[in-house]
Amino acid sequence: MSFQKILDNYQNLDTEEYFSKLKDSEIKQSLHKNSLDRYDFLNLLAPQAEKYLEKMAQIAHQKTKKWFGKTIKLYIPQYTSNYCVNQCKYCGFNINNDIKRRKLSLDEIEKEAKIISQSGMQHILILTGGSREQTPLEYIQEVIEIHKKYFSSICLEVYPMSRENYEMLIDTGADCLTIYQEVYDKEIYNKVHPAGPKSNYQFRLNAPERGAKAGFRAISIGALFGLADLEKEAFLSGLHAQYLEDNYLECDISLSLPRMNTHEGSYNQKYHLNNKKFVQFLLAYRLFLPKVGINISTRESPDFRDNLIKLGVTKMSAGSRTEVGGYLKQDKTEPQFNLNDKRSIKEVIQSIREQGYQPVFKDWEVLV
Amino acid sequence: MDKEVDYNNKKDPLIIGGKKFNNRLFTGTGKFSSKKLIPQMLKASNSEMVTVALRRVDNNSNNRNILDYVPDNVQLLPNTSGARTAEEAVRIARIAREAGCGDFIKIEVITDQKWLMPDNEETLKATEILAEEGFIVLPYVSPDLVLARKLEDAGAAAVMPLGSPIGSHQGIKTKSMVEMLVENCEKPVIVDAGLGKPSHAAEAMEMGVDAVLVNTAISAAEDPAAAGRAFDMAVKAGRMAYLAELEEEQKFASASSPLTGFIRNK
Repeated sequence: MSFQKILDNYQNLDTEEYFSKLKDSEIKQSLHKNSLDRYDFLNLLAPQAEKYLEKMAQIAHQKTKKWFGKTIKLYIPQYTSNYCVNQCKYCGFNINNDIKRRKLSLDEIEKEAKIISQSGMQHILILTGGSREQTPLEYIQEVIEIHKKYFSSICLEVYPMSRENYEMLIDTGADCLTIYQEVYDKEIYNKVHPAGPKSNYQFRLNAPERGAKAGFRAISIGALFGLADLEKEAFLSGLHAQYLEDNYLECDISLSLPRMNTHEGSYNQKYHLNNKKFVQFLLAYRLFLPKVGINISTRESPDFRDNLIKLGVTKMSAGSRTEVGGYLKQDKTEPQFNLNDKRSIKEVIQSIREQGYQPVFKDWEVLV
Repeated sequence: MDKEVDYNNKKDPLIIGGKKFNNRLFTGTGKFSSKKLIPQMLKASNSEMVTVALRRVDNNSNNRNILDYVPDNVQLLPNTSGARTAEEAVRIARIAREAGCGDFIKIEVITDQKWLMPDNEETLKATEILAEEGFIVLPYVSPDLVLARKLEDAGAAAVMPLGSPIGSHQGIKTKSMVEMLVENCEKPVIVDAGLGKPSHAAEAMEMGVDAVLVNTAISAAEDPAAAGRAFDMAVKAGRMAYLAELEEEQKFASASSPLTGFIRNK
């Protein structure tokens, strides 16, 4: 059994037709349920559910407070390389893009680790581009070895791997895995990933599950909004999270809602996730899955991020640089995406406190 | 104050691992909206033992350490939150001791992140190892008498059964199982998890449990200090009621005109 089996039931789901028959009374019913089933979740994603946004927000706030308390975990990304062998049409790292390519040396990794750690951040997210040749398993292991000296939790956002490779990274000291499907719609997936190893939809789809089997303590997944039908992508992301949560009880599952910003890879976007819908999706995630984490990155603007704190967000990045070498401030590359929240870590913390929430820098201990 | 009644439980101390506690409400440090609320809550609740997740103890000099918020007169109970196996729990306990958190340790081994149910088997294994190493071990478990006996044999200083799933605020859903522990355990029985309001805590204490540990219900309240005080009062009331040996609950009214009153022996 894999998530594919659940996906098969919904690949052909016509959300437009479903929503056209959906009555307000059904949405209201779904909204007030203690335990929501898949269709309740879908009902809350419907365009006409937007009018219940405030009610959803109130419930989401209560549910989040009950499970997570008034706390926000903090993390910070480190881009180690932007070498890539894939041709994702929406991404600036695309192999065909003529950009400055760079990979941090181990010495540079350590210098950046020191700088980042001095800021108080304890949860690091290591990112590589999609090139196994330039950033092989051994390189990632060496990076982890360095980070173990400075951080208490090491998360990876790297190209999908086999279970055995994941196990090796866990044994080295990584504890979390982030891997976004980007787009669940298979047809579109194939279109926007025309070549390279990333064109293997199935291998990517099952990566979170292989990661859970390998023993990652926490796994983040999500769709990149902007590539396909918004409601359906949100729906399938939610089902994927539910599948992982139900089958891998020992693993903490989180959802992210990255949405494309205009500068990305000069991709011609057909679908736009506006702020209102973004909030609606986030709330629907929370109501459907009260115990999953919800991450918000610095792709979003300061004001928007501050206001999302009370709505169900549990984890935020702060002080992020999305260029390779961004913390060294020398010989930087172009960023993977443009930051909307350019505030310092101090400012973000201050803002979290002003909302009445406790910023959490450390929530794990590297035991390896 | 009425001299006959010991409102502060001073003459009724609880001893765990050789240490005397005059208050039977234990508290936690998780889920507060600000760490500054922790000392206020401790003061208001009179709690003398507070649990801290080692994973939240941050020695990075740029951040304020959660331990700085716990006054010296409150016993620190580090916990192994986040451990998925006995081995991880043992490692976390050792790190806690090295970090200067003392010998008390609450073992939490949880392999189920959805319901947060404790893994009794792994908890027993960790208890055996840590008790052997001189820790004062308080294992958090699902209430099970057979397991509780094994934990006592392994050297646990107390047994901490859950009242209902962590953070669920459902109260003592495991009542009859916990009653068995109260009746049969030699070591103190501390109900941990699931107590959502003071009346739940009072109910547990009336049953004769030796103490309760309350975290979320206090820390996630809008006013944690007031919630802590309310729990303190409820725990004291429940304890007093237990010691007062209240009449047992009757299923039927006690009839003033008994049905069998006509029987006369000649």
